[in-house]
Amino acid sequence: MTVKVDARGLSCPLPVIKTKQALDNLTEGELVVLLDEDVARENVTRLANSLGYMVEVLADAGKFTLNIRKGQKA
Amino acid sequence: MNSTFTDKAPWKDKYPPLVIVSGLVLGIVAAILVKLGNPGNMGFCLACFERDIAGALGLHQAKAVQYLRPEILGIVLGAAIASLAGGEFMPRSGSAPVVKFLLGIFMMIGALVFLGCPTRMVLRLGGGDGNALLGLAGFTTGIVAGVLFLQKGATLGRSYKEAYSLSFWILPILAGVAAVLMLVKSNVFNATLEGKGPGSMHAPVVVSLASGVLVGLLAQRSRLCFAGGLRDMILFRSGHLLVGLVGVFLGVLVTNLVLGQFNAGFDGQSVAHKDYLWNFLSMVLVGLCAILLGGCPFRQLILASQGNGDSFFAVFGMIAGGAIAHNFHLAATPKGVSAAGMIAVGIGLVVCVIVGLTARET
Repeated sequence: MTVKVDARGLSCPLPVIKTKQALDNLTEGELVVLLDEDVARENVTRLANSLGYMVEVLADAGKFTLNIRKGQKA
Repeated sequence: MNSTFTDKAPWKDKYPPLVIVSGLVLGIVAAILVKLGNPGNMGFCLACFERDIAGALGLHQAKAVQYLRPEILGIVLGAAIASLAGGEFMPRSGSAPVVKFLLGIFMMIGALVFLGCPTRMVLRLGGGDGNALLGLAGFTTGIVAGVLFLQKGATLGRSYKEAYSLSFWILPILAGVAAVLMLVKSNVFNATLEGKGPGSMHAPVVVSLASGVLVGLLAQRSRLCFAGGLRDMILFRSGHLLVGLVGVFLGVLVTNLVLGQFNAGFDGQSVAHKDYLWNFLSMVLVGLCAILLGGCPFRQLILASQGNGDSFFAVFGMIAGGAIAHNFHLAATPKGVSAAGMIAVGIGLVVCVIVGLTARET
């Protein structure tokens, strides 16, 4: 199951708040977070890592897709 | 498309050296600027300096506070250069700019009733000014309230990339032209540099400008934010940005001690008053505005300098707020807070609550 959070264009710290709320509700599967700012990418990655999640960052022309999941690197 | 994996936070993510260094440098440079002529505990103050700029532009007539502060121009130029180098210089806007202008006005009014923005609040603490403790308590209270609004869904909406690139050049070009004029003649525009007011007290222009550039460069890269530091600790128990505030405090404290500028107590503090209640309440307002805006006055200036049009409105709201505060006698003086200032803070708090309860994404 994949849950998606679109936090593009939201100011600090809303991308992190929305990610945290989604992770709190995530029982299984993967969370996909869409971002379009470096600062938000850094902050969301830091939050997910600090909670023990694995983050894969896909970067494309200033837009970021973060795949966040528990466990080992696929 | 690039793909990278991260699976744990390294130590430098938890205690980021760049944030600590940015804070230390800001604190050290601030104390040196005071030694070289800036008002006491006012090496940097976004509120005071943007208010001085409002005066220099003739937007208010309080002769004691009219000076086109080169520190602000330098911060804009430094942040613009750093964001260009880092590929983050990008025009974007659309997140309720008019509301951000309004919140900028009230953030300035709150800061001028306290007599300092959050940056100066920390600098005042590092100079031994006990009155700033009340400000810190108020600021923290405002941040907690703001965080509650965010957790309940408050948002000023999304910003979008703008197609027209001139949008992000306007502020750096304005700052660059003004900086050149200041270097040629320091009393350009409406600057009076008369009397004994804070506006007449300043370090040499070239030192102020260079200090601003240095701090702007570092702060853009490190994301230093005085509201963000406390906010992230409250929200996520993350000290990532808070270490920057600790750096500012330690940097200014030690430098003040070395330079003989440390003066512990509540009495006789430079550009400060002892009205405990209003020191507290005014900074509640600043904290609330900062959270709803997505950053403190310092961070708003950095964001505006890297092309964020909404923060541009917040900064110019602050400049307008500086003019309003002095034209209508809302700003405090070392003697205390005016009735009009108290009423304005009350109105600001009501406006913030209304925004916090009604700003939702549609």
